[in-house]
Amino acid sequence: MNTVAGYNFAYLDEQTKRMIRRALLKAVAIPGYQVPFGSREMPLPYGWGTGGIQVTASILGRSDVLKVIDQGSDDTTNAVNIRRFFAQTAGVATTDSTGEASIIQTRHRIPEKPLGEHQIMVYQVPLPEPLGRLEPREAVTRKLHALADYGLMHVKLYEDIARYGHIASTYDYPVLVNGRYLMAPSPIPKFDNPKLHMNPALQLFGAGREKRVYAIPPYTRVESLDFEDHPFSVQRWDEPCALCGTADSFLDEVVLDDAGGRMFVCSDSDYCKTRQGAGHTGSQSPIPAEAT
Amino acid sequence: MYVAVKGGETAILNSHELLAAARRGDEGVPEISPAQIREQMRLGVARVMSEGALYDEELAALALKQAAGDQVEAIFLLRAYRTTLPRFGYSLPVDSGRMNIRRRISAAFKDLPGGQVLGPTYDYTQRLLDFSLHAPAACKLPPCADEPLPAAMPRVADLLGHEGLMEAELPPAGDPAPGDLSREPLRFPADRATRLQNLARGDEGFLLAMGYSTQRGYANSHPFAGEIRMGEVALEIVPEELGFPIAIGEITLTECQMINQFAGSSTVPPQFTRGYGLAFGEAERKAMAMALVDRALRAAELGEEVVAPAQQPEFVLSHSDNVEASGFVQHLKLPHYVDFQSELELLRKMRKRHEGRKKVSVTEGNPLFGTGGKAHTEIAVGENA
Repeated sequence: MNTVAGYNFAYLDEQTKRMIRRALLKAVAIPGYQVPFGSREMPLPYGWGTGGIQVTASILGRSDVLKVIDQGSDDTTNAVNIRRFFAQTAGVATTDSTGEASIIQTRHRIPEKPLGEHQIMVYQVPLPEPLGRLEPREAVTRKLHALADYGLMHVKLYEDIARYGHIASTYDYPVLVNGRYLMAPSPIPKFDNPKLHMNPALQLFGAGREKRVYAIPPYTRVESLDFEDHPFSVQRWDEPCALCGTADSFLDEVVLDDAGGRMFVCSDSDYCKTRQGAGHTGSQSPIPAEAT
Repeated sequence: MYVAVKGGETAILNSHELLAAARRGDEGVPEISPAQIREQMRLGVARVMSEGALYDEELAALALKQAAGDQVEAIFLLRAYRTTLPRFGYSLPVDSGRMNIRRRISAAFKDLPGGQVLGPTYDYTQRLLDFSLHAPAACKLPPCADEPLPAAMPRVADLLGHEGLMEAELPPAGDPAPGDLSREPLRFPADRATRLQNLARGDEGFLLAMGYSTQRGYANSHPFAGEIRMGEVALEIVPEELGFPIAIGEITLTECQMINQFAGSSTVPPQFTRGYGLAFGEAERKAMAMALVDRALRAAELGEEVVAPAQQPEFVLSHSDNVEASGFVQHLKLPHYVDFQSELELLRKMRKRHEGRKKVSVTEGNPLFGTGGKAHTEIAVGENA
């Protein structure tokens, strides 16, 4: 096991990890409630996943298999860096495969492949307070949560509809957890919101800079806020993935040239690769050698 | 054909090597050592220790070398290291009244017991670039004073306290142990001990601007630099097995007591109030700015109207930490493809709608005075089509 000399398993000392696990237990007991915790300075900058890293460090065991994604991809620089961090400080096995991972740390996406009961999702959260943009004072938002007074948010969504004809939030779309707490799902696209609902996996959220953790236990109700006459809906694309042909994943737009050339590909790189491996093709797929 | 970008790991490792080479600079120039930084860049070292919240000149100097002189980066390095250190215990409160003083000035009194001690300061220099520093030069110490300074120098604020003109500095009811911001998250409302901890770690530039704003009318604190002192204080701990205090070393501190007017209230007669600043090393600008902000943050407690940013604890304390601020501002460099894609989609939808509305307005011949309910229905139909 190649770990960095002079540091404990998974970097944090055991007392700190225990403190974080205690906070996580409280978070699981009160789904959607933001639990303050003694967030530590990590050797990566605040805002770059320190909350998720601390949560992962505190739950990681030697037999875990870790997957880290950023924007759905295992290959973005920050995902690579965080995966390297745990490979070096904990020596755990890492994977790109959603199915093989026991812990998946993510920024901004939920994998397309459905998760199982044996898996834990760890979300990196920049701003845990869903009401923060409407009321910046924490002393006030805490009271609003205590009273379950979410009128502010409903009025904001209503004003969106009045002004634009639809709700103008496309990511970090507010959800109500277990019918009680309003929660920021982290900046995942609203496309991913339905995956939060009744998910068999445990979902943990870590906000390092803001020093909060929260959780959605397995099989918990998670509703995206909406109105009867303006039901919640997710983004759809006019064309399928250009590499694997799927029509039901979140697609990134890739600029091909400076003349308006565009293509759309899966943001979930493992999902796309797996489908391509199974023989699915799209409009831009490489032409197989035998066909030429 | 489009190929997804791979090889992030190699690129990252290469960027580390480029960074190391850039830090070293021209190899024809001798490499700087942490010892040189510690001895000759002591004010930079002090700031890294203060905001890095770790009193260790060696490590602060090393961090400055590693950060190529970038203070905030060096502070971050020191903080990240500090988290990994075990806690042996807490020291006794330091007694700045027994400070081994190297500098002590008061702007409130011309002379006072113990006297004005200028010490090493840039205050009375003319800011002319000294070209002789291009070459190494010997320097000489000034002659010693005829008699040593008294061992205990009374604090100026205490001199006024005897007359009742200065508010008493009393521990809060029950004298609770102060919180520890490095172990517990900041919560609001925050008590003064917690606020001071936050300010002591806070970014000097931020505190300077905040303190400055109180002088320019955003809050009104009428400050006087009652006393500024700098020197060495002994650090004492009480080991459990001994049961009595032992000194484990000394640290350099700069302390500032600001004196501020207070009109009084129905229960308290008019008197002076205090703002307090404390920083590691020689850090007068930081200590003074901190004292101004501390006093401004006491507005609510003293029954003053809260009208300015510097008086709002949530605004000041949540944004004072440069490790947090630097990380979050710079996280914008991380990929945001997914959010951006979502915004693109929304923007296209809104523009389509805007376009539809414009067409309807033109056909109705009434572009200025709104479209009315009928037009809206038509837009909705047009959009769905």
